[in-house]
Amino acid sequence: MNPGDLSTALPEVLISVYAMAALLFGVYTGKDRTAGLLTWTTAAVFVLVAIWIGTISGHRTAFDGLFIDDGFARFAKVTVLLSAAAVLVIGHDYMNRRGLMRFEYPIVIALAVIGMMVMVSANDLMSLYMGLELQSLSLYIVASIRRGDAKSTEAGLKYFILGALSSGLLLYGASLTYGFAGTTSFSGILSTVQQGAMPIGLLFGLVFLLSGLAFKVSAVPFHMWTPDVYEGAPTPVTAFFATAPKVAAMALIARLAEGAFGSAPKDWGQVLALLSVASMFWGAIAAIGQRDIKRLMAYSSITHMGFALMGLAAGTAGGVQAMLIYMAIYVTMNVGTFAFILSMQKDGEPVTDIDSLRMYSRREPLKALALLVLMFSLAGVPPMVGFFAKFYVLKAAVDAHMAWLAILGVIASVIGAFYYLRIVFYMYFGEEREGIDAGGMSAGAWVGLMGSAAIMLLGVVNLFGIGSLAQAAAATLVH
Amino acid sequence: MIEQVILFAPLVGAIIGGFGWKVIGEKGALLLTTGLLFLAALLSWIVFLTFDGATQHIEILRYISSGSLDTSWAIRLDRLTTIMLIVVTTVSSLVHLYSWGYMAHDENWTHDEPYKARFFAYLSLFTFAMLMLVTADNLVQMFFGWEGVGLASYLLIGFYYKKPSANAAAIKAFVVNRVGDFGFMLGIATLFFLTDSINFDTIFTHAPALAKTNVTFLWSQWNAADLVGVLLFVGASGKSAQLFLHTWLPDAMEGPTPVSALIHAATMVTAGVFLVCRMSPIYEFAPAAKELVLIIGATTAFFAATVGLVQNDIKRVIAYSTCSQLGYMFAAAGSGVYSVAMFHLLTHAFFKALLFLCAGSVITAMHHEQDMRNYGNLRKKIPFTFWMMVVGTLAITGVGIPFSKELFGIPIGFAGFDSKDAIIEASYAAGSMYGFWMLVIAAVFTAFYSWRLIFMTFYGPEKGDHHKHEHAHESPMVMLIPLGVLGLGAAFSGMVGYNYFFGNEHMLGQFFSLGEHGAPGTGAIYMGATNHVIETAHHLPEWVGVSAFIAMLLGFGVAWVMYIARPDLPARMAAANRPLYLFLLNKWYFDEIYDAILVKPAVALGRFLWKKGDGEVIDGTINGVSMGIVPWFTRLTARAQSGYLFHYAFAMVIGIGVLMTWMTLTGGAH
Repeated sequence: MNPGDLSTALPEVLISVYAMAALLFGVYTGKDRTAGLLTWTTAAVFVLVAIWIGTISGHRTAFDGLFIDDGFARFAKVTVLLSAAAVLVIGHDYMNRRGLMRFEYPIVIALAVIGMMVMVSANDLMSLYMGLELQSLSLYIVASIRRGDAKSTEAGLKYFILGALSSGLLLYGASLTYGFAGTTSFSGILSTVQQGAMPIGLLFGLVFLLSGLAFKVSAVPFHMWTPDVYEGAPTPVTAFFATAPKVAAMALIARLAEGAFGSAPKDWGQVLALLSVASMFWGAIAAIGQRDIKRLMAYSSITHMGFALMGLAAGTAGGVQAMLIYMAIYVTMNVGTFAFILSMQKDGEPVTDIDSLRMYSRREPLKALALLVLMFSLAGVPPMVGFFAKFYVLKAAVDAHMAWLAILGVIASVIGAFYYLRIVFYMYFGEEREGIDAGGMSAGAWVGLMGSAAIMLLGVVNLFGIGSLAQAAAATLVH
Repeated sequence: MIEQVILFAPLVGAIIGGFGWKVIGEKGALLLTTGLLFLAALLSWIVFLTFDGATQHIEILRYISSGSLDTSWAIRLDRLTTIMLIVVTTVSSLVHLYSWGYMAHDENWTHDEPYKARFFAYLSLFTFAMLMLVTADNLVQMFFGWEGVGLASYLLIGFYYKKPSANAAAIKAFVVNRVGDFGFMLGIATLFFLTDSINFDTIFTHAPALAKTNVTFLWSQWNAADLVGVLLFVGASGKSAQLFLHTWLPDAMEGPTPVSALIHAATMVTAGVFLVCRMSPIYEFAPAAKELVLIIGATTAFFAATVGLVQNDIKRVIAYSTCSQLGYMFAAAGSGVYSVAMFHLLTHAFFKALLFLCAGSVITAMHHEQDMRNYGNLRKKIPFTFWMMVVGTLAITGVGIPFSKELFGIPIGFAGFDSKDAIIEASYAAGSMYGFWMLVIAAVFTAFYSWRLIFMTFYGPEKGDHHKHEHAHESPMVMLIPLGVLGLGAAFSGMVGYNYFFGNEHMLGQFFSLGEHGAPGTGAIYMGATNHVIETAHHLPEWVGVSAFIAMLLGFGVAWVMYIARPDLPARMAAANRPLYLFLLNKWYFDEIYDAILVKPAVALGRFLWKKGDGEVIDGTINGVSMGIVPWFTRLTARAQSGYLFHYAFAMVIGIGVLMTWMTLTGGAH
């Protein structure tokens, strides 16, 4: 280790130092009374670090090639940091009101974010696993942060056990890979693969690795935990689950597939395509039966992960670019939608039943309109930005001669449109029913909702330049 | 500049009157549209009288520039355009004025339903589209106007949109016109294909080459000029209600009477004639197409006149009369005397608009009663209308002094005496005996049904509803002034125009800038070097010259006997020749035949595609998938989501197995 290594990983180091300092500060001062302050500072640190990362350029490795800092990693990190900050802001008020405001919450989130940053910068199976586990452990904790609540505990436990299983799969895959490639470094694996025919053991190792990661992005059939955990965890935690970890895990899959197995895109492309199709259809079809908006969003995220995987399955730079665009847009839409879900309450109690939205447009026309925009965008209706997200991945699939995949994707999105439009239908055309209270939205959540909806509309101009940024990021990954 | 004002004044009126009448008031909209039309008419006359004969192109803006298609939106100002300008704007402005009275009270609308501004906006919109058509400098621009007048016609026929019959008539007019328009479009496309241009000037210079070109169309060889001529004539016969595509015109009488006068008598229906005259350089090189135009025109003149003999609705009689007169115009064009076709177009615009507006006046007087069997003895109640209608009838039947040409240099008579007789002579001169005799017989019938209309309406005992006769009164001044103006035109336009259009070859040549048989496209119309019809027509046997006059007398005499001297005769003749009577009354069963062979199968096909194709196959599939299969899978997924950890873990293990198998199968393991 040398000082250069530390400076390459300086953002991660800084956040780690901050997390520990905040922990000490919390323990020795006001404990939970400092939670609000810590939430805001953590969000602020995230944003500042994101801005800082945005200014870095170049391509550096550290710790003997375990850690890499390139354009792709930075794009993913900025997305992770900003979405984590947004989730902290929109969830703050909810946590306060439900008495969940423990000072550990923002700190654990910060630790999870460090894990994700390590994930996206992983250039070796070792650092991959380190980042993944740091993230996972943190997520197990926040999932069950409402200790007294059976559902929250159940969610945390389920996630933990299945996560352990997936870690096992991942480790098994890693050991297979190591055994057949003789190295754990991505570049080493890549050169092994390039040398000739891929040994079958390496292929099996790849499948296990992908399965372990597919669990993190909740791709079918490794998705079963998602609805239960989304429903059981407190809503701000659910919002967090739906955003930053997905970006990190998806980026990690891209890194592994392109970075370590990049010369054999056909092999893993087929696997990812299968995961993609299964996720798109399962998510779309299962969501139709949901009456709980949090469970619905769980299936929605499964479908969306299917679309993002479609981009990766293409195995091209365009595909990676499409995936990055998709994730950035997906995260933005989810922040807005969860900002709304966080504000859903009746008589002071949170509700998540979509029936409670009937004729919501009468009571809150502006918020209903914002949610309408978000739902249209999630469904992929032009000219909302969500349409362009889908358009890019479909285009990537078609360009990679996987038109069948694109066609299946379109069919799945048609099915999926149903439940988004049903929410819109309830808000505008349903019969009047005693629904959620008007008002009761914190400023942070309001900004999250309206900002997200505005982006969905205004982004049609040039997607705020995300397209070219993602292109540059993808170019550093795919050679 | 003055031409642009003429062109756009009606459009401005239509837009402001149609969309802004709530701001400027209904009265304001009426004043605006009518005022702008009179302005356009005044300017049109100035342009017409000061026009020196040289073709001008006034560019308005760049229109299309795509590949080799490069064309401007321009006004083509030549003699044809100026004639059409005065016809369109004059009749239109008079009809605008007339509508002040005619549309003042309308039983089809309740008190709080404003309709006048809409009516006037439509009229002005029509006028704009018609002006676009006649000023076009290229075929696409002309097609724009062509479709524009079609739209305005549709809107105005269906003006009383609460009446199902009006809607049906509007749709019929539109659909039948589509058939013709399709031919027109094919013609445009063929010309573009052959000459790589849609500009008239370029096309005209290519005309001699076209005559020497052969093209394959519908699996057979055609002479290019003939093919273009036939296709364009299909378009023309749709708009001008020629035989086989005429069925919409009588039904179009569902529209308000001023509309019938303006659109379905004086202007729009003559667009087809205008098209053929405009394309005269093509037709001069397409003898077969010309022959077709002549035959269809003459046949239409005959056919429509026979149907007109027995109709009882006053507007329908005039409608068939219009159809018949349009046939005369096409016969003239088919004979190669385009100037005479334009001559009759001009005179016909005056006397037919006059007849329609008189009919409107009668209808107003009789409280919207249109059946002539309920008229009778109206000449004392509405004398001015009566006299004007007589003028119109004298004009259409062609009353004049025979042999007066030798004495005075021009034939002294009403408009039709000059223009219609010129057509009959020209058809003889062109050597078509079929055309000549058809037109002469049609002239007998024309005189008969026209006088029959006069006698049934203004003479004899009062028939029908007693109260309507008691309250019959002369129309207001705004309606009578247009009648008077048009009456002047019907009386004198023939004598004024005779030498320019037909009588004097030197004056004709100058008027239309013919030159000494110059290249096609230099003058307003073109007459080939071998086209001597006009010269021949001036040296015909005496009996040919008076044949039309005799035909007129014959028709008048029979009408007088049947409706004044022996009023019981028509009923007895109808009973004695019942099959013939029904054949004519039912318009040769054209509608029934079309219904059986075209409409019914089309409806059946549409119904099949709708019920079976769309309803059962497409909707059925979608419904089956979205309401059957997808929910079934949804229930399945709900069962899979059991909540038990071991199920979830099991799914993951299965998933690994599936991925392994898939990878192996899809060739990952080679």
